[in-house]
Amino acid sequence: MNQTTPHPFTLAALILAGIAAPLLFPAYTNQVAVLWLMIVFASTWDILGGQMGYNSLGNIFFFGAGMYTSAVVQIGLFYDVGMYTSGARTTHIVFTTAQYFTGLAIGTVAAGIAAAVLALVTSWIVFGLRGPYFAIGTLGVAVAGAELMASWEWVGAAAGISMPVFPGAPEVQKLFFYFLLFDLAVVVLIFLRWLYSTNFGLAINAIRDDEEKAEAMGLYTRRYKRVAWSISAFFLGIAGAIFGNMTGFIEPRDIAFPTTTFNIFMILMVLLGGKGTFWGPVVGAVVFQIIKEVTWTYFLGWQFVALGLLIVIIVVYFQQGIVGWLMEKYPARFGIRVAPKDENQYARPLALAPHPEGAE
Amino acid sequence: MNDAIIEVSNVSKSFGGVVANHNVSLTVQRGAITGLIGPNGSGKTTLFNSIVGYHPIDSGSIRFEGQEISQLRVQEIARLGLLRTFQTTRIYGKMNCLQNMLISIPHRKAHFFDMFNYERGEVVERAEHLLSFVGLFEKRYLRAGSLSFGQQKLLEFAMALMNEPTVLLLDEPTAGINPTLINGLIDRLKRANLEFGITMLIIEHNMRVIMNMASKIYCLAHGELLAAGEPAEIQRSQDVIDAYLGVH
Repeated sequence: MNQTTPHPFTLAALILAGIAAPLLFPAYTNQVAVLWLMIVFASTWDILGGQMGYNSLGNIFFFGAGMYTSAVVQIGLFYDVGMYTSGARTTHIVFTTAQYFTGLAIGTVAAGIAAAVLALVTSWIVFGLRGPYFAIGTLGVAVAGAELMASWEWVGAAAGISMPVFPGAPEVQKLFFYFLLFDLAVVVLIFLRWLYSTNFGLAINAIRDDEEKAEAMGLYTRRYKRVAWSISAFFLGIAGAIFGNMTGFIEPRDIAFPTTTFNIFMILMVLLGGKGTFWGPVVGAVVFQIIKEVTWTYFLGWQFVALGLLIVIIVVYFQQGIVGWLMEKYPARFGIRVAPKDENQYARPLALAPHPEGAE
Repeated sequence: MNDAIIEVSNVSKSFGGVVANHNVSLTVQRGAITGLIGPNGSGKTTLFNSIVGYHPIDSGSIRFEGQEISQLRVQEIARLGLLRTFQTTRIYGKMNCLQNMLISIPHRKAHFFDMFNYERGEVVERAEHLLSFVGLFEKRYLRAGSLSFGQQKLLEFAMALMNEPTVLLLDEPTAGINPTLINGLIDRLKRANLEFGITMLIIEHNMRVIMNMASKIYCLAHGELLAAGEPAEIQRSQDVIDAYLGVH
């Protein structure tokens, strides 16, 4: 909660830009839609990574889990999933308009809930770990998810699933999914602004600053960690459901659980924008999406080199990120105050003392 | 008002081959200030950590208000109202002082959905009152990590008071603090004891401080209880003097 000043104008401007973008630049609707997805990625990653100090490498797991949940629900409501995904199927299956939208609505909600439940279940395992072990543990969850789906025939295994086809013109479909992702991003931002203003925000910040102290003060640290993890999972699950329907085809490794692309992007965007700040992930997502689209368009084949270069530059030279850097440079603009250097302050002999857990 | 609130009996704790505590017993009287002294490495902090559940003890029993707590975890013990401060001061560095205080409210009554509350009114007032009690009111919107070490100690103390503990375990509250500030801190500790009725167990190296405050003092040496008594007795004890000067 370093940024306590509300930014209703920034949010309003963002919403206006979101509505105007597909009307002004119809050619870029899909790119901007993915930008909203990126904002959801970055903002939900920052709940744990920035605000709580737990660097997760496995958030993509919930994206993929949501995607598959919605697919199974959307198909399973009307047809047999095993038959639908079977490679031997020769019949053409068409979803009516009513079937499509009922399935999409129920599937999306189910995706969010299933992802949140999975987060609660996995939290029993991953929150026994801290620091780099947490990061590796969560990555393991994501990789396991991908491998599990890739070998599960009932959901199409590695061949994936063709999602129900949108009953409408491609132009309408584009706008429909654009506004779904846009709405999701706005809901996420408003929800997080509220969440960070509550005791929950204070508590996860306290866990980030000194978890042991928080425990010694009697905080229900595990409860906060589980709920934080479930909240980001919930939104990622919904994002997965929408994105799966948007692309129309889902498969485990590159679309549902892309551990080396989307999964890394969400961390990179937060680092680029400034972790632990409300607007950092948003700024990071916008800048990153522009860099990504430019390199993908003009340096095709070199895009991952450019991406790697970006990672190196951020990690080595620009760790605090854009918003973090601004906050450091102009703290007063962000409502942060720092004590002036105290001249008659004593040296800190205790800084040399051994850790309190040692025998003394 | 003369009953034991903490009863430590025959507690032993070793780390590998190092015996940090051996058959240590002590009691803390409700409402009193009890001191715990001893040379470096005598096992004071280990005993503290055992009491607050930081690590399991090898044998013995620790009772708080008659309840066995040696099997409980840190958070559970803290929520019972037995709170500790750290030797190396620990505050939430990136949050401001007021936020540090607001998240230090007692969590023993917290229900699940209380985590989404927004503190205002009474709680903020209490936080500000306690911040002015330790003299940090003007600095309440400053980032806690940017305060001086002494101010951070005061903040940590205020946070502990915010938690409304029954017993406060203070690990060297005056270490590293400017001597002119020490008197103010002693005064505040005493007032917290008298006005808020908080029982205290204090580890302290500064003899002038502890002799002034405590009504009973325990002295540890080499992990064992060396002496116990009123400050005057301890000051006269040849064993204690030897332990500190290294004759032991």
